[in-house]
Amino acid sequence: MSGVSATGGVTMSRTWAAREPLAVRDVDDRRAVQRRRPLLDGATVAIGRTTRFVTRLWGGGTAMPGLVVERLNPGFVARALAPLPFGVVVVSGTNGKTTTTRLVVELLRGQGLDVFTNPSGSNFSRGVASALLGRVDSFGRIRADIAVLELDEAHGVHFVADVQPRHSLLLNVFRDQLDRFGEIDTTARLLGEIAKRTSGTVVLNRDDPRVAAIADTVWPTPVSFFGIDPTLRDRFPNDDELHSRDSDPERPEQLADVLLTAVETNRATFEFDGARHTVDLRVRGSYNQLNAAAAMALVRAILGDAVDERALLDTVSLVTSAFGRGEIIEVRGTSVELILVKNPASFRLALESFDPVDCATVVAVNDHDSDSRDVSWLWDVDFSTLQHSGVAMVTGTRAADMALRLRYDGIHPSAVETNLRRALERLLASNSGRTIRIYCTYTAMLQLRRHLAALTPLAGIDG
Amino acid sequence: MTNPIRIVHLYPREMNIYGDRGNVLTLARRLEWHGYAAQVIPVNRGDRLPTGTDLIVGGGGQDSGQGLVVCDLARLGPDLAAMADDAVPMLMVCGLYQLFGHAFRTGSGTILHGIGVLDIETMSSPRRMIGNVVARSDDFGQIIGYENHSGRTTLGPRVRPLGRVDVGVGNNGTDGTEGARFNNLIGTYLHGSLLPKNPAIADHLIQIAVRRRFDSAQLRTLDESLSDEARRVALTRPR
Ligand SMILES: [Zn+2]
Repeated sequence: MSGVSATGGVTMSRTWAAREPLAVRDVDDRRAVQRRRPLLDGATVAIGRTTRFVTRLWGGGTAMPGLVVERLNPGFVARALAPLPFGVVVVSGTNGKTTTTRLVVELLRGQGLDVFTNPSGSNFSRGVASALLGRVDSFGRIRADIAVLELDEAHGVHFVADVQPRHSLLLNVFRDQLDRFGEIDTTARLLGEIAKRTSGTVVLNRDDPRVAAIADTVWPTPVSFFGIDPTLRDRFPNDDELHSRDSDPERPEQLADVLLTAVETNRATFEFDGARHTVDLRVRGSYNQLNAAAAMALVRAILGDAVDERALLDTVSLVTSAFGRGEIIEVRGTSVELILVKNPASFRLALESFDPVDCATVVAVNDHDSDSRDVSWLWDVDFSTLQHSGVAMVTGTRAADMALRLRYDGIHPSAVETNLRRALERLLASNSGRTIRIYCTYTAMLQLRRHLAALTPLAGIDG
Repeated sequence: MTNPIRIVHLYPREMNIYGDRGNVLTLARRLEWHGYAAQVIPVNRGDRLPTGTDLIVGGGGQDSGQGLVVCDLARLGPDLAAMADDAVPMLMVCGLYQLFGHAFRTGSGTILHGIGVLDIETMSSPRRMIGNVVARSDDFGQIIGYENHSGRTTLGPRVRPLGRVDVGVGNNGTDGTEGARFNNLIGTYLHGSLLPKNPAIADHLIQIAVRRRFDSAQLRTLDESLSDEARRVALTRPR
């Protein structure tokens, strides 16, 4: 972060640590610290770091060192996180976790906090363990003010059983990868479990009925809401509204701490403390503007009256989209934009967020385990907004299914190429100087990034 | 065409999952491609079945959705049964397939009473059956879909199976059957969506609906190259 917090992280973070009163939960944390086993934790750090060094030499990913730590010393993560003065904060929900976590991290850094966070996408607990190795001293003590963790709703319940979150932010429940989790109500229950374990404030989406209902189950834990102005409801359908033509007119009217009141292509208006603030945003897509409201509500819950409002708004305008969430990669004068779509909700929200004019639209659908083996979900997305601009290509293992799907919305893709690398080469050859926007499922995104990396130096290629 | 074929979409709010919407879309589009107008009428809880219904489509849902519609479905039951007896073409997928049967027994022993239009009974099972399915039928050839259900369904003597399973579980995993047929009603566990991937079934339902309405049906030969390719690819994918 530049130009937001002139004071810099280190000095401010000491101030923060001193300012935080010693609450009851901190006494518990101290006990956890006393139970710390410095020799074992120290050895774990040493071995974990050696593993990390070796796997990096071999070009391996981030999961291996975390796995070693987990096996060797199961309590390591909980003990390493226990002394954080601002505790552990978790972000969960089916859609938008990655970008929202990124927003929360940057907003807190903009407030002068030293923030620890986990890498997105990798196995959750191993990812946390691996990331911790880079941030702890040789006795396994973390140097940070706060941990902000993106929590997969399935892994979340196990994690919060070991590590109690101080605050939690629960974004939404959309029908997501039902192959894996069974049913949407189960997902809502898992989020409810995370909320119940939270000791500080639970921040909830007031416009998602399944998330908003969690408020009734966590008493006496304080709850705060973020939400959208009723005039924007058509642009932000919840899961129920996404699955029925006529939307439910009765949404809960909880008072929102942060309200999204207006959206434009690159700017949004947020209302809090009775005032409206219009800011330019670099995160792309209207659903990320709602994620920005969610992130601000969480930061306000964490810092309370101490929040620097100016810095909050300055920082929120500077945060960029996470990899595959509207990330733009320049290749030989052509912009390739990767947009992750993983379920009907994210696909529909993405289509509503980006204008298809003046770019080559591509859809890349894979059906590997980390995508969805079931491609039924493509039929729950309305593609008619692409009728005018057309679709340049469909690709991925299920390109044929996608072409069939588009046919029923009156769209005939110009090309069908199952192989992602060949698809990319053809697209780059025929769209020089244009923007190629690729809506892609998870593994398609990873493969496309890899092929793009071979063509241009990319940041953040890791495992 | 001033007189559209009326497609009733049953409980789109609660029973509409895993692309069931694609079945309705496919019927409407293909009717247009065959030269007939189509009108889709959603029927939700409390709504009446419109007069002059030509086709009825229903889908799957979560347990909570199923619990919500079971009472309302009992209200429509006699009308739906009369229409099924009258050979109105219908497609019921997964959850509504189960509720068109006699009963659904949940794991806790609760019984959800169906409307008994189909001579089938379903028992919930602890293991969820999920994956690509390939079945075969004399009328429709190879049927390709995706199943995701926890109910095991047994067929009574008054229905015949939709197909025999080559890949996947189907009704119950023991007798090799998938789905059930009674008159022109097809019940099945296959999402996918089913109809775009199996245009033979879509046109079978359309043919009956059009013939019932206009006494004769002249369907056009449509280009099926995209569905042929999607079917070919689906056969190569792991279960
Ligand atoms: Zn199902």
